[in-house]
Amino acid sequence: MFYHSYCGAVVGIDAHVIHVEVDVCDGLPMFSLVGLLSSETREAKDRVRISMRNSGYKIPVKHITVNLSPADIRKEGTSFDLSIAMALLAAFGYVPQDCLEKTIFIGELSLDGSVKGVNGVLPIVCMAKEKNFEYCIVSCENAEEAAIVQGIQIIKVSNLKEVVEYFSGTLVLKPYKSIACEDKNSQREELDFSEVSGQETMKRALEIAVSGMHNVLMIGPPGAGKTMLAQRIPTIMPELTFEESLEISKIYSIAGLLDENESIITRRPFRNLHHSITSTSLIGGGYMAKPGEISMADGGVLFLDELPEFNRNTIEMLRQPLEEHKITISRLHGSYTYPAKFMLIAAMNPCKCGYYPDRNRCRCSENQIQNYLSKISMPILDRIDLCAEAKEMKYNDLVTERKGESSYNIRERVKKARKIQLERYSMEGIRYNGELSAKQVERYCYLGEAEKKIMEEVFEKMELTARSYHRILKVARTIADLDEKDNITSAHIMEALCFRGLDKKYWGDGICR
Amino acid sequence: MSLEQKELEYWVATIPVIGPAKIRSLLNYFENENNIYNAKIDELLQVEGINQKIADYIINTKKEEKIKKGYKELINKKVTLITINDKQYPEKLRNIHKNPYGLFYRGNLPREDKVSIAIVGARNCSNYGKEMAYWFGRALSEAGIQIISGMAIGVDGYAHKGAINGKTNTFAVLGNGIDICYPRENFDLYMKIQQNGGIISEYGPGVPGRAFQFPMRNRIISGLSDGVLVVEAREKSGSLITADLALEQGKEVFAIPGRIEDKLSEGCLNLIKQGGEVVSKPEDILENFHINSIKEWNKLKKNNIFLDSAEKIVYASLSLVPKHVDDIIADTNLLISQVLSILLKMELDGFIKQTAPGYYVQSFCELMKS
Repeated sequence: MFYHSYCGAVVGIDAHVIHVEVDVCDGLPMFSLVGLLSSETREAKDRVRISMRNSGYKIPVKHITVNLSPADIRKEGTSFDLSIAMALLAAFGYVPQDCLEKTIFIGELSLDGSVKGVNGVLPIVCMAKEKNFEYCIVSCENAEEAAIVQGIQIIKVSNLKEVVEYFSGTLVLKPYKSIACEDKNSQREELDFSEVSGQETMKRALEIAVSGMHNVLMIGPPGAGKTMLAQRIPTIMPELTFEESLEISKIYSIAGLLDENESIITRRPFRNLHHSITSTSLIGGGYMAKPGEISMADGGVLFLDELPEFNRNTIEMLRQPLEEHKITISRLHGSYTYPAKFMLIAAMNPCKCGYYPDRNRCRCSENQIQNYLSKISMPILDRIDLCAEAKEMKYNDLVTERKGESSYNIRERVKKARKIQLERYSMEGIRYNGELSAKQVERYCYLGEAEKKIMEEVFEKMELTARSYHRILKVARTIADLDEKDNITSAHIMEALCFRGLDKKYWGDGICR
Repeated sequence: MSLEQKELEYWVATIPVIGPAKIRSLLNYFENENNIYNAKIDELLQVEGINQKIADYIINTKKEEKIKKGYKELINKKVTLITINDKQYPEKLRNIHKNPYGLFYRGNLPREDKVSIAIVGARNCSNYGKEMAYWFGRALSEAGIQIISGMAIGVDGYAHKGAINGKTNTFAVLGNGIDICYPRENFDLYMKIQQNGGIISEYGPGVPGRAFQFPMRNRIISGLSDGVLVVEAREKSGSLITADLALEQGKEVFAIPGRIEDKLSEGCLNLIKQGGEVVSKPEDILENFHINSIKEWNKLKKNNIFLDSAEKIVYASLSLVPKHVDDIIADTNLLISQVLSILLKMELDGFIKQTAPGYYVQSFCELMKS
């Protein structure tokens, strides 16, 4: 006798169909579970057996073998419980096998027979829809999350008995429909750029950065509003498309951060990291590979406050993800790829006490300042295109009548600039100016004679490096896009130069050489 | 084999435990270096201030070969040693309290027939301090005044830097061994001063910089000079020690005033209150020494008049105090992008500079790029 049901396993942010096969035959009574299982999955054996008995289904004294196929994918987690139970119930004749053909089961069983929620439902449901499954049985906790996916019927169940009754036709369950998420979201308080007074140059730098997806370093004294500004960056980014939203939600689903109140991520993530973060939690990984902060910031902002305080090795880990916009974690049991299309925003004080160049308050010696700055890794600085300085807030700035621009206005400009870029790079496989390679810079950041002359002069006088030269051109390109100009003019270059990255040479000019 | 006079002097000057006062008493007692060298321990103990420990130490350093070798190395390193026995010993130093027995130097010693001014100030100086130190260093040097300072970071360094770009020699008095460049960041300056003046120290080769030696060298800085100019000093500052010593030695003390609220100017303002002379331009010092003014060079800093109107507005909003871009934008009412490109253009042309990213100042005198 051979019976089967379907389930899904998450690998990276995608899922695979898992085929649960059950064979019941005469022989020594036993219950064995095979198919490259992790220990918590192997424990399903006991959970399934007892919850079935407590729901009133008898397990005959037979030789029972359950195989989760394909057997070469490692199965982790507890989401297989329900499908194992269903295959067994089919084998014992409680439900007809035909009902299980077009259905995918996701859920953990409790000893009393109730079905509990699990992480990573969204990727499995997406996969199920692609593979043309018609029904998806999930727990109450996961229903809202699963219902995001259109084109598949989501059946919400609370215990094993309900499932059996549903399939034997004695209980009618209507497919679950998602409560409109937008309503819930709009109730939350919106952040807005206009709430930050002053800091005009910083705002301008952020607008440019968001338009071209450049990474930014903010330097400024404590309390200048660096964090406040960073928190508001997602509000000037274009709204998420459904595909983006789904991708981000999948990551959050795997990480177990979706709940009934927030079943789909509709706003761009803002991840504010503490400097004690370890490389595993930043990049992802661990015994059971999980997405790290860089993946959680996918499509949004990864904010590193107090950059010099971060462990240097941890920060170095950002190098490849910053270039490749994804991260592949290779572990013993397989390698997992997570997206990491984030925008890096770093903030730091100019010196240890934070008040340089206000010499009335800052008594750091030039040496101390240099030491503080040298804590930041050069390779990371090389990947930061813009650098802007926040000024200390004076009372007058706080009570000023002049209100800042609203996020909406800035966002409209950003959208326009991004659209220009998307059109221009449609053949290149990149999206924004920030992703231009050196070769592409030459092609797309074309300079006229006058502009070339300026760059030449600047290159000599400011002792630029090849890399910083390219950075400036990329930023100038974005400024030109914001200006809706086809060519980069000298004014664009000049502005880009004012935001040039942190070049240690220019810091303080202090040490007498 | 016996030691020559110079080698004996080298020996006396490099005994670590005895300072100028004890050397003086030893010389008073024994009359010359040779007698000190040949003295028995009992005789040494007769001298005032010499106890058993010091006497033992002196006896222990009497190693002829080592002394000969040390002196030879000194010559090889192009270091000259002069002592109070030499005619070349600066007359100005002979009269000060606890004058050093010997001076090691590389390059030259200050010329006695020229006026010397010491420029001292805070290490963590502001941009204003840097500009002033450079300006006065340069202007006084152009007018033929020798600039003496301590080659420290900050004001000292900028004064030397200005002086090197001027016409007259500059001299650095170190608080550590003559062959050690401290602070290391000033290595370039250390080499340049040797060519444009000299490096002076009362400490022999290899003596590390110890905290108490730096106030000690200040007496030589003030002693070698005819006046001391304090550029920027906090309320309690090493520069004020130099100023006090200068007053004791009967030298002029000049101070550059700052703003009342600036902590870095408190020391200078206190000096002025106590009767220090206020200086607002290099000519003020020159008049004091009856030296003709330096109009020729001063002209240099005034030909910056090729700015268009927006540039003039931006330039006018700047001063010597670093100003943030946001404030410039607020004061000038120009567009951000316009202000940024103007700032960059003027920075390239040398009219203004960035002291820290985002903070701009007017470029006071010729750029300190060199």
